[in-house]
Amino acid sequence: MTGGRGLLVHAMLALGAALFLLPVWLVFCAATQDVGAINRGEIALLPRRDGLSIFGDVLFGSGPAGADRPVWPMLALSFAMALAIAAGKIVVSVLSAYAVAFFRFPLRMVCFWVIFATLMLPVEVRIIPTFEVVAGLGLINSFGGLVVPLLASATATLLFRQAFLAVPDELMEAARMDGAGPWRFLTDILIPTSAANIAALFVILFVYGWNQYLWPLLVATHPAQETIVVGIVKMIGTESATEWNRVMAAAMLALLPPVLVVLAMQRWFVKGLTDGEK
Amino acid sequence: MSERRTIFPGWRLPLLLLAPQLLLTALFFLWPAAGAIEASLMRGDPFGLSARFVGLDNFTELFTDPLYLAAVGRTLLFCGAVSLLSLGLALVLAVLADSAIRGRAFYRTALIWPYAVAPVIAAVVWILLLHPQIGALPPLLSRLGIVWDYRLDGTQAMITVILASAWKQVSYNFIFFLAGLQSIPAAIVEAARMDGAGPLRRFWTILFPLLAPTTGFLVTVNIAYSAFETFGTIEALTQGGPAQATQTLVVKVYRDGVVNLDLGASSAQSVVLMAGVMLLTLLQFRLLRRRGDAI
Amino acid sequence: MNRRHLLAGAAALTAAAALPAAFAAPARAQDRPVVTFWHAMSGPLGEEVKKVCDAFNAAQSAVTVAPVFKGTYGETMTAAIAAFRAGQAPHLVQVFEVGTGSMLGAGPAVRQVWQLAQETGIAFDPAAYMPAVRSYYSLPDGSMAAMPFNSSTPVMWLNADLFERAGLDPAAPPATWQEVAAAADALKTKASAKVAMTTAWPTWVMMENFGALHDLPYATKANGFEGLDAELVFNAPPYVAQIQRLLDMAKAGTFTYGGRGAAGDQIFPVGETGLSFNSSAVRAAFSRDAKFRFAAALLPYDPSVRASPNNSIIGGASLWTMTAPRRTPAEYKAVADFLKFISQPDSDARWSKATGYVPVTLAGAGLSLAQGYYARTPGADIAIRQLNRGAVTENSKGLRLGRLPEIRTIIEEEFEAALQGRQGAQAALDSAVARGNKVLREFEKSMRG
Repeated sequence: MTGGRGLLVHAMLALGAALFLLPVWLVFCAATQDVGAINRGEIALLPRRDGLSIFGDVLFGSGPAGADRPVWPMLALSFAMALAIAAGKIVVSVLSAYAVAFFRFPLRMVCFWVIFATLMLPVEVRIIPTFEVVAGLGLINSFGGLVVPLLASATATLLFRQAFLAVPDELMEAARMDGAGPWRFLTDILIPTSAANIAALFVILFVYGWNQYLWPLLVATHPAQETIVVGIVKMIGTESATEWNRVMAAAMLALLPPVLVVLAMQRWFVKGLTDGEK
Repeated sequence: MSERRTIFPGWRLPLLLLAPQLLLTALFFLWPAAGAIEASLMRGDPFGLSARFVGLDNFTELFTDPLYLAAVGRTLLFCGAVSLLSLGLALVLAVLADSAIRGRAFYRTALIWPYAVAPVIAAVVWILLLHPQIGALPPLLSRLGIVWDYRLDGTQAMITVILASAWKQVSYNFIFFLAGLQSIPAAIVEAARMDGAGPLRRFWTILFPLLAPTTGFLVTVNIAYSAFETFGTIEALTQGGPAQATQTLVVKVYRDGVVNLDLGASSAQSVVLMAGVMLLTLLQFRLLRRRGDAI
Repeated sequence: MNRRHLLAGAAALTAAAALPAAFAAPARAQDRPVVTFWHAMSGPLGEEVKKVCDAFNAAQSAVTVAPVFKGTYGETMTAAIAAFRAGQAPHLVQVFEVGTGSMLGAGPAVRQVWQLAQETGIAFDPAAYMPAVRSYYSLPDGSMAAMPFNSSTPVMWLNADLFERAGLDPAAPPATWQEVAAAADALKTKASAKVAMTTAWPTWVMMENFGALHDLPYATKANGFEGLDAELVFNAPPYVAQIQRLLDMAKAGTFTYGGRGAAGDQIFPVGETGLSFNSSAVRAAFSRDAKFRFAAALLPYDPSVRASPNNSIIGGASLWTMTAPRRTPAEYKAVADFLKFISQPDSDARWSKATGYVPVTLAGAGLSLAQGYYARTPGADIAIRQLNRGAVTENSKGLRLGRLPEIRTIIEEEFEAALQGRQGAQAALDSAVARGNKVLREFEKSMRG
């Protein structure tokens, strides 16, 4: 790569990164300001060192106002929920995409269409009928009620189906020559070759689960079942003296687990690359 | 639609594999959807105490409401702009971050993790940036002679919600484009380079066609995202205003259902949206099939 | 309907059994029955709700009231309705004032306060509550439907520093709209205030309260109190003149539109706004954030419409008792006990002082006064004085219209289109009335099944 072009690439990437980092940096700085700064329209470009203790306080101490408890249990619940949603969705979608892509059976396309065409509407716009169904199943106020209705995912199924369709026919023929059955083909060949996609999807789904708001708010009615996003929204009021610094601090803390997931999963992206070069 | 040439025999195993997803779909989509269809044919109070069958009344009212029809056009514009913007930016960034430059791991991380920003906070950030009185950008814009007030200027309001919605989706698209680019064997790109193809030519003749499945998937997802999952952002920034300049279909469903508690009208709109989604996917599959892409 | 009841019954049966151990409510010290109380109070206000409940829980040993935050007012109401449909309604839910019309149509889903009193034998005397507050939540015959909880009323906030710079006396705030317009002009020209005047909650302040202050009907049938067939009439000349005034001021640069709902809140604490119309309950937030001197003043009126202004109307929310299958008389009694508790003068006064809402009982206000609160906090009594101005009339006791939040949005939409210069004041209000009436007819039809 020539120097000039390299520089241009760096400049554009840096600009792109700044476009996304800057707002988050603003949130970080806002967290360390005094409580009324945001309402006064003061935008800080640098954090205040003596304001950094707020993170510890929000995490373990008195927590954000309105929650009267530290946020770490909320983080733990959100983590469990996001993990369960991401893992559950991936398992369910890999299985169904595998079935649709690698088998011929009666009503195959009907099944695919039912899955695909029906899951686009977010839960928010069909919230009351969905709530009635979940209540009918006795899942209100349970971890299952929090997770299970969010498990079905058309996008994940669609993605895996496409990834599977792109798998060379030779790969499968070779596997069958070796006497591999459908299960072994799935676990030994298909899943490893789709590592990059699974990793990408895990990141997406984890964040999806992590950022759920309206559903957890509706389905869980005990304070101990509060996810971090519900906790954060609770701190923001319309007719109250919102403590924006604490809200921002909680928001930054809420950012950490998904970021850690991204970092952990990035290894698998790279692995997807090296596998692809074989 | 392309199919695999090689398949496994049998039909019991695939149905077993599909069972969890079909069960979830039936329980948490088909059943509620049936509920929505039922509610769309009824008029009743929100508590479900009295409900009367009114036939297609709710639909007639919807389609004779000029404001609803205006919202349809507005939604198309909004979806197109958001999808184009977020896909284009993400693709450029992904191609750049995929090139062999130093520090690419850093750039990748920097471009992926903002995806984790919760929608609520994203809205606050945009208010901090764009608010006419307390925002960081309006003073700069006024130096350029632009009077910035998205609460009264419909076009500016639309730009605001498009930017905020697209911004949230770039990281998502970036992740998939990057994953897509990485699954393209390096040998192919290398061969083109040997043939003397420049970077732009390499992109359009090799990378872009090979990315078609990813792009096809992302187009669907982005249209669905911009059409259905942006109401939180819009609600936080403009509440659909000024006048109805940023009222998209899903904002209206959400407002009529969750805020105004008009379940009949809101269900009718949900049903229309569902039909729209099906039509859209059908159309898209047709288009892609005609182009012969493997979707 | 049958399917729904079956579903609800099944839900109630299995709900208790379905709680996994790890997710079940933590064991309480005492094994007291729980009264669930869903509310929409976030941030510091949520803390205060919890304190009220804690105080009640400490004062008696029969039950535990458990407050649960359920999102915004709209989300809380939706959650309560969804829960009711599934047979799992909370005992108590906080409903914003504009949801009152819908809740009154909820029939067997709720126990109105007078019914609760009858069933439990715990009496509530309507005369104990502030007239402008109680009237909003009462039936035409005076019996109370919901329990007043957090009430506020719009007042005029002024930036004293900017006022002085403009050569105005903050101690003698403008009392009429004519004086307000002149003051805004001075604020812009002499104090070069970036925002001379703005408002939060445009419909609530500039339309609903304008009507109440000037004893103008907002809708027929006594603002809807006397029938579901009420028609909106806020396109009458005085309302049009008020909107025209705002349009003129916007054109002259002395009125800045701050957005719908609470959005106007975002501007005042910055310190570049001279006059801001907002809820009386934002005092705590302003005190904490503002780095300038500010004061509250009575809402201005237009002497050419009415010689002396009437009381303003309230905003905020009330508590509704909800029903669920197999809810016992003992549970309703516990709810009544709690409602009685929060109506006690000391509880009411404490809540009011901590939150900035007005006391909802006369005795609560009296106690605050006796404790010297209003002497120590000048201006904190503005809201009470304003709510007690004049005598409550048919036009000033509040609005009893279904789907009022939607009508508010319609007015704001039409107002915005007028501010954009796309229509005049009369056309805006005509259009809002026409669209609003359509909503009212829909609501009427839905209530009649």
